[in-house]
Amino acid sequence: MSAPLTVAVTGLNATDNPGPGVGVIRSLRHCRDDVRVVGLAYDALEPGVYADGLVSDVFLIPYPSQGIDPLRDRLSYIRERTGFDVIIPTLDAELPGFVELAPELAAQGVGTLLPTREQLDLRCKAKLAALGDKGLPVPASRVLTDVTQLYAIHEVIPFPIVVKGPYYGARVAHTLEEAVAAFYKMVGEWGYPVIVQQFVAGQELCVCAVGDGEGGLVGAVQMRKTVITDKGKGWAGVAIRDPGLSQLTATFMSATRWRGPCELEVIRDADGGYHVLEVNPRFPAWCFLSAGAGMNLPYAVAELAAGRELSPLHDYRVGTMFVRIALDQISDMDAFSRMSTAGEVVRSHGVAR
Amino acid sequence: MQRLRDLAISDTGFVFDPFSGATYTVNGTAQCLLDGLKRGLDRDGLVALLRERFECSDEDLPRDIDDLVQSLRMFGLVPGGFEVGR
Repeated sequence: MSAPLTVAVTGLNATDNPGPGVGVIRSLRHCRDDVRVVGLAYDALEPGVYADGLVSDVFLIPYPSQGIDPLRDRLSYIRERTGFDVIIPTLDAELPGFVELAPELAAQGVGTLLPTREQLDLRCKAKLAALGDKGLPVPASRVLTDVTQLYAIHEVIPFPIVVKGPYYGARVAHTLEEAVAAFYKMVGEWGYPVIVQQFVAGQELCVCAVGDGEGGLVGAVQMRKTVITDKGKGWAGVAIRDPGLSQLTATFMSATRWRGPCELEVIRDADGGYHVLEVNPRFPAWCFLSAGAGMNLPYAVAELAAGRELSPLHDYRVGTMFVRIALDQISDMDAFSRMSTAGEVVRSHGVAR
Repeated sequence: MQRLRDLAISDTGFVFDPFSGATYTVNGTAQCLLDGLKRGLDRDGLVALLRERFECSDEDLPRDIDDLVQSLRMFGLVPGGFEVGR
């Protein structure tokens, strides 16, 4: 039995478009009593803050837009208070800051398992086409910074197309009018640039995977969404095994030497061809399926980030399902007031050593 | 044929395809035929299996087999040109 591990996790915004944090935390605590979790939240009303059965302590951290110095200072304070050993960031927009801070954190004894800045840039939506040069099948795409660029887009990418924001959001457009409307919606929500991608019909499949940073695969779980929300998010899904998808995942890892967790979003077309739509550089919100199916990838990341020997990863059980549920958590005003004023809720009496 | 062999079929006729994640429900006849196809039975073997399990007329049996194979092709569970051997 190894020493207890204290893991700080971000992404507690468990709304109908949930961040991955709660899924990561549930995985870390799945069948284990040697993990203590510190939640890192951006807002006092993030639902995960009030999951006191899952999260021992919660602290507000500054938004990525505030820059790296406030984040460094805040993490230093939280480390003093809680003594966390590992951080697992789970949101796209915060990753550049954590990647930049990783060497400093390592020097202080805090482990991470994150991609390099180059890897992070390689898979960003605006540069996804570069993965095609590495042997991965990606649909044709263009990066737009002006709506007028849409008027001639059909010359290089025929309709229907998918209009995407730089971090989140995607809309299928069958006509120029629909594309223009989608363009402004993406800009309004997420800013520039806007990415236009060839629409590919087929079955949407996802892979939650962890790379070892040397081209190898620590583990991966494949999933097909069985219920999709109006935002295109999986509300239910089932673990599957597609040998072609396994090969694609292995190719991605060897081509990029990816380090840490990621999610591949893939379309399998009617002819059995694969198309990588997106690579998300962090755990997906559905990652608890990996623990439920027997291959606990978040815990594996925590172990590797802490520099520990990896516990044996068992193969996952194909056919394991997840069905999400919306629950009303009951809390009192005390936790909310402490989050709103002091920016923290500490339930575990400080450093657990 | 690997996809057909990999199908998980419950006693109640619930079928799960681990490759695609798709699920189906089948009646007793189809369940019996799927079992026979997974075991590699030819048409005569399938007919014998149905006769053994069900009271049915001989003229129904080839049609039942062809109907199921057509459905399997449609769902991509067997190759497009798949035919049950004689």
